Amino acid sequence: MPIKEQLKQSLIFAFWFMILTFPIMVIKVNTIHNTIVFRWANLLWVGVLSFFASWLWNYFLRRTEARKKSDVDEDVPLIHQLLQNNRFRRPFLGLLAAFFIAYPFVFPMYHTSIMISALVYVMLGLGLNIVVGLAGLLDLGYVAFYAVGAYAYALLNLHFGLSFWMVLPLSALLGTMFGILLGYPVLRLRGDYLAIVTLGFGEIIRIVLENWDEFSNGPRGISDIPAPTFFGHQFNQDNTMIYIYFIVIALVLMTIFFVNRLENSKIGRAWIALRDDEIACQAMGIDKFKTKLTAFALGATWAAMGGVIFAAKTSYINPMSFTIWESITILCVVVIGGMGSAVGVIAGALVLILLPEYLRAVAEYRMLVFGALQVIVMVFKPDGLIKSVRKVYTFKTSQEPQQEKIAHGTHT
Amino acid sequence: MEPILNVKNLTMKFGGLKALDDVSIAIEKGQIAALIGPNGAGKTTFFNCITGIYDPTGGEVQITPPGKNTQSLKGLKPNYVTERGVARTFQNIRLFHGMTVLENVMIGRHCRLSSGIIKAMLKPPSQREEEKKAVYDSYEILEKIGLDKYVNEMAVNLPYGAQRRLEIARALATEPFLLLLDEPAAGMNPQETKELDDLILWLRDNENLTILLIEHDMKLVMSLSDWIHVVDYGKKIAEGTPKEIKANPDVIKAYLGEESDDA
Repeated sequence: MPIKEQLKQSLIFAFWFMILTFPIMVIKVNTIHNTIVFRWANLLWVGVLSFFASWLWNYFLRRTEARKKSDVDEDVPLIHQLLQNNRFRRPFLGLLAAFFIAYPFVFPMYHTSIMISALVYVMLGLGLNIVVGLAGLLDLGYVAFYAVGAYAYALLNLHFGLSFWMVLPLSALLGTMFGILLGYPVLRLRGDYLAIVTLGFGEIIRIVLENWDEFSNGPRGISDIPAPTFFGHQFNQDNTMIYIYFIVIALVLMTIFFVNRLENSKIGRAWIALRDDEIACQAMGIDKFKTKLTAFALGATWAAMGGVIFAAKTSYINPMSFTIWESITILCVVVIGGMGSAVGVIAGALVLILLPEYLRAVAEYRMLVFGALQVIVMVFKPDGLIKSVRKVYTFKTSQEPQQEKIAHGTHT
Repeated sequence: MEPILNVKNLTMKFGGLKALDDVSIAIEKGQIAALIGPNGAGKTTFFNCITGIYDPTGGEVQITPPGKNTQSLKGLKPNYVTERGVARTFQNIRLFHGMTVLENVMIGRHCRLSSGIIKAMLKPPSQREEEKKAVYDSYEILEKIGLDKYVNEMAVNLPYGAQRRLEIARALATEPFLLLLDEPAAGMNPQETKELDDLILWLRDNENLTILLIEHDMKLVMSLSDWIHVVDYGKKIAEGTPKEIKANPDVIKAYLGEESDDA
């Protein structure tokens, strides 16, 4: 676009914005003295700022467009380049490990507590990534499985005195079971319809927990949930937090490990095929129902384990922790981080959960900044912060096939 | 000998519309058969009925895989049809665009692999071995089809002709004995069509495949097919060798409308 056009566009935008904000930015009514003050200087500021904002916005938009057109070989995100490069891989992971190990000892407990929340969201995000990112099934009731895990620990402990370490694997099983339970009736649905039904399922779980007093103690919730013990040893409060921190780290590592393996296996490819084209996927001999069901079940597994950690960390749970907004937040983690990209989801969870906490400094505008950030990411990076990169296969036996190829070529 | 694909009196109704009306087609082993007809004649519906995407309203679909007994495909889900050795491609390309070329072919291997979820997570040697073999087999198929240079490209970035070939490669990976090609030459330039012609012949001769194709490119159909079936308005109106079909007045009528004097 010629510079003159750009100028014109930004000017129109600025002008429009000046009109739009005129009533709130310029007019000030003094009700005591019954006078109206016109703050014309504000108008100027709005004009100038919106002019530059629009200019910048358009500039970046054009750049994104241009990049999309010019590059057939899409650029690999920096972090993947780091992870794939053998020279940087080890030092990079080493640094990362050192940071996360040192974290609870360097920073005060408050920060450790926030980091635990963020890491639980990493688990949730990676779980939901299986369902939404890989299998392409929009699940708006994911929080239900999180609630299943949290309540499983709280209730099993309350009634049967089961410990954290006993409930953790149990909750994984329970999550899988609930995943199948939800997955089964909704197998025929996809897209919007699926989203609505899963939304309903999430709400059902919450409402049941809220109203079934004898079972879940209703809205009062369950308190005094014990923290995990270390071979029977109970830490004091600060150390418990650090202990939980390391448990989460271990679980996150386990999640990454398994999810990564699943993604690059037969079942992971089937999920992606299902997302890309349901009919072709079936025509390739993939059982659609079974594939959907495993996606739901495995996604739910991690959510339930995340729930157990959540209950153990807060020592108190009530249904209010498992509203639709939780589901939306987890979905945002996946979408903004990068659908189908494990690294992206991890980054997304850390940014989305840590950022609002540290934006408390600008408390009043916190949610505004947060919302703006999400819009900006979606406009300029529609694939998410770190988009998924498919595995590149190298052929160690490349000598053989090449020779075969030449032979084949000469024969025909 | 039993025909490799034996479709008897196949009928498919959509509400009051009869998309297929009593169509019977038999295909012999090693044949390259073509299914032709004007637009909307029900050719793709026929494919969808055989491959389980539609459940036909009436009739029977039987296959006789080489060395096996005759079995019915009617009412089976698409994935089971594929497992039994009938693979297909699609009229509008249906590749998995979020995957690389190799992975697209590996999807085709899916139903021939046995490792489940637990094995995928624990990766015992048997799974590693199988996975390695799947990669290698898929690569081999790409080589045969001449797509090995694209191996790690995203499928969506391929040139059009290559995308069509990739669909064939993917179908081949399911180890079929019968391959159904739905307009494989659609949108191809003459050079690409020529290469496709060679590929189909090569598939029949070297991979021992029987091929049924829907095609509008008459030059390709006439040069390639051993036997041609013609449908119009859901009914079969003719079958025969290319020569016979060319001369068949019903077929000419279906394609060109009523014969006119100045034709």
